[in-house]
Amino acid sequence: MSYIIDRRLNGKNKSSVNRQRFLRRYRKHIRRAVSESVKQRSITDLDSGSEITIPKGDISEPVFHHGPGGVNTRILPGNKEFVPGDQIQRPQGGGGGGSGSGASDSGEGMDDFTFQINRDEFLEYLFEDLELPHMVKKQLHDSGDYKLTQAGFTNEGTPERLNIIRSLRSAHARRIALSGSTRRTIRLLKAEQQQLIEQPETDERNQRLAEIEQELKTLKGKLSKLPFLDTFDLKYNNLIRTPIPSSKAVMFCVMDVSGSMTQSVKDIAKRFFLLLYLFLKRAYKQIDVVFIRHHTQAKEVDEEEFFYSRETGGTIVSSAIAMTADVIADRYPPSQWNIYVAQASDGDNWDGDSATCRELLVNRIMPLVQYYSYVEITTGEHQNLWYEYEKIRSEFPDFFAMENIESAADIYPVFRELFARREEQGV
Amino acid sequence: MKRKQPISTGSEWTFELLERYDSEIAKSAQKFGLDTYPNQIEVISSEQMMDAYSSVGMPLNYHHWSFGKQFVSTQQNYQRGHMGLAYEIVINSSPCIAYLMEENTMTMQALVIAHACYGHNSFFKGNYLFQTWTNASAIIDYLLFAKHYIAKCEERHGIEEVEKLLDSCHALMNYGVNRYKRPSPISAEEEKKRQETRTEILQQQVNELWDTIPKSADADDTVERQKRFPAEPEENLLYFLEKNAPLLEPWQREVIRIVRKVAQYFYPQKQTQVMNEGWACFWHYTLLHDLYDQGLVTDGFMMEFLHSHSSVVYQPPFDSPYFSGINPYTLGYHMMQDLRRICEKPSDEDREWFPEIAGSDWQETLQDAMNNYKDESFIQQFLSPNMMRELHLFSIVDDEREKNLLVSAIHNESGFIEIRRSLAEQYNLGSREPNIQVWDVNVRGDRALTLRHFQHNNKPLGDSTDEMLKHVHRLWGFDVHLESLRGDEVMKTYHCPPPAPSDAA
Repeated sequence: MSYIIDRRLNGKNKSSVNRQRFLRRYRKHIRRAVSESVKQRSITDLDSGSEITIPKGDISEPVFHHGPGGVNTRILPGNKEFVPGDQIQRPQGGGGGGSGSGASDSGEGMDDFTFQINRDEFLEYLFEDLELPHMVKKQLHDSGDYKLTQAGFTNEGTPERLNIIRSLRSAHARRIALSGSTRRTIRLLKAEQQQLIEQPETDERNQRLAEIEQELKTLKGKLSKLPFLDTFDLKYNNLIRTPIPSSKAVMFCVMDVSGSMTQSVKDIAKRFFLLLYLFLKRAYKQIDVVFIRHHTQAKEVDEEEFFYSRETGGTIVSSAIAMTADVIADRYPPSQWNIYVAQASDGDNWDGDSATCRELLVNRIMPLVQYYSYVEITTGEHQNLWYEYEKIRSEFPDFFAMENIESAADIYPVFRELFARREEQGV
Repeated sequence: MKRKQPISTGSEWTFELLERYDSEIAKSAQKFGLDTYPNQIEVISSEQMMDAYSSVGMPLNYHHWSFGKQFVSTQQNYQRGHMGLAYEIVINSSPCIAYLMEENTMTMQALVIAHACYGHNSFFKGNYLFQTWTNASAIIDYLLFAKHYIAKCEERHGIEEVEKLLDSCHALMNYGVNRYKRPSPISAEEEKKRQETRTEILQQQVNELWDTIPKSADADDTVERQKRFPAEPEENLLYFLEKNAPLLEPWQREVIRIVRKVAQYFYPQKQTQVMNEGWACFWHYTLLHDLYDQGLVTDGFMMEFLHSHSSVVYQPPFDSPYFSGINPYTLGYHMMQDLRRICEKPSDEDREWFPEIAGSDWQETLQDAMNNYKDESFIQQFLSPNMMRELHLFSIVDDEREKNLLVSAIHNESGFIEIRRSLAEQYNLGSREPNIQVWDVNVRGDRALTLRHFQHNNKPLGDSTDEMLKHVHRLWGFDVHLESLRGDEVMKTYHCPPPAPSDAA
């Protein structure tokens, strides 16, 4: 007797819980592999899954087994020329060659254990424990998200929102209200009936009793005609949409594209911003990003142009800072917005402009922003811009951060440093 | 015999065709006297097959990271094309569940039905080990019970706590079986009922054992001390820990018990791999040929089937890069065929080696071999000189005291007996895994647990031993010592926690 069952439509992700357990257990390894892999990636495939490699020794499940040594006898197939008594040199290095090497099950070699994680998992590990610092709730309206909340009851609605208790309660009330006078009459009649029954029997009494009987019957009929539930008793839960409070934030990405920035330096800067952009898109749905690039002049551009266009010239950093300040004044009132600025440059600036930068920053920007991060991409000496910024840092230690990137390998560690989740500090 | 119309000619399968093939194969199987559990044939996709793989082939199991690891590596290998998935998985349950992959052709499905649903199935039902040690009708219920119980523990005690415990239990899983004593059959129902009462009583017993209030004067004490606990060495480490570990909570004992029961369930499969696969291969070969003789399948069907069959039973020689030990399918299948040959067309040599079975009824002889043997005894009993010659078997001795390896015997008159004995020994689970037993517990003192390893052929323990002692220590809760003995001489000792440097000096 056989039953044939088609199971193909059953769930196929039975193992996902076990897979999650596995990932959780090797979180540290995976995180290390992710940060290794992000160093090696080009700008275009930053945003995809990844192969994770864990040394086999770290994930083995031990069992008691025999070690090398002792007397091992093994039967092998495929003899060609051996005769009893032949001596064979012991093969070096354990398991090679198929002959020799006892029944040890650890002889599998020290291959690494490799597996794949998908894009979402990759980004999750990449941006784990990162956040925008000092985010505060500034204004609540205008966030796209709503949730439905209970707000009283209505007389109209869809059947699935019917509130049974309310409906029955109101039906009960209606029945009491509408039947009041009838029930009062019934009570009086019953009292009279009782009285009459106790009196001695006369024709008059009997007639009256029959009348009462008749009347009670009609009245009871009337009562029973009252509907138990009327459409008008029905009450429905009333749900209204309330906006979910969310903080509005804007990130200014300010990048130097002047002639002194070589192609590789520009590449590093772009990768830094790409990382930032991915992080913002993933962690904060409601966020505006403003891209500003500058050489001697600053220009606000869109994402496409910011990452891919080639343009070059001299360097005046203050132009970009002034522009940032203008855009803030124009479109992002600090009363409503959390404002963040990330700036990347090779530190090269037109002499005398760095002081202007500092003034602009201290007067027009630092009072308005939640956090200002500056990365300098250089392997050489720092120039005056760095030193001017250091002064700002000492003035606003919590809100101004600066880091130096020397090569592509530093991007991710520096990024983590700048946006690490920190203890709550009063703002 | 009048030749019938072939059941199908194309390679596409449909559910109607599966049914027709199944019923024809069933008829044929009945003709040969195969006794089976009812079959439950489930068609699944390759993703589902990977799921089934990673929960050791069981349709349901509790959650553990190691199954996830298994899944991730199967998935990686499969998607990279490093390996194909097995065509089938079959579960020793009643009804016997067999999985067919939807990607297979009609021929492959028929092959799998013959192999799993009639071959393995009848083996599960007939072999003495399965009959005595597993309870096919209860296993699914039991696993469901285990899954719920462990999920409940996770809720109550945290995933991590349970995971650590399971890690240790899994490490000792090979030492969680009774090798000789027949276990009581498992049943989810009773397990649940007994659980409550049992936990209390068990705890009481453990407490009695560790009752440290001195009973009488010192004179008594020396007598007490000489008595060893346990009185007899115990080879089932998990059982011993479940019953006697002083610090375990009742739920932890239950989890150990669950792992133990699952290990016990798989124990017969480990002991009968060669026979089980050989039996299934023999029958898919015989049954499909029977269909062919009736004219129910086409020549094309047979070509595809034989191609797949011969790659399954291929044995690469020892010096081939594909060699990874003796292929159990090859050995088992050929031994079964050889047994049939000995019955049907015995040579003089066979009459000399197997006077009892040479020329007997082959169906009866095979049935008897299947019912009453396991790999070790099956090889010891039935490996014929003819087989050893065909496989060109030879024996290598690797003695660490000698400089070179020695070829001690080959497939000739003087070597047959030795090769047969050594090959049978190779399938003896008792000598494949180190023999480790609970030796002593210091009941009166620091409660240290002493294990003893009895070396087999002077083989020492491997490098994972310290790691393993940590697992034993986690379950026992006090110091654990392991002595590795060669004869009566202690060769090496292991300790967890490791002795402080000052003690060593």
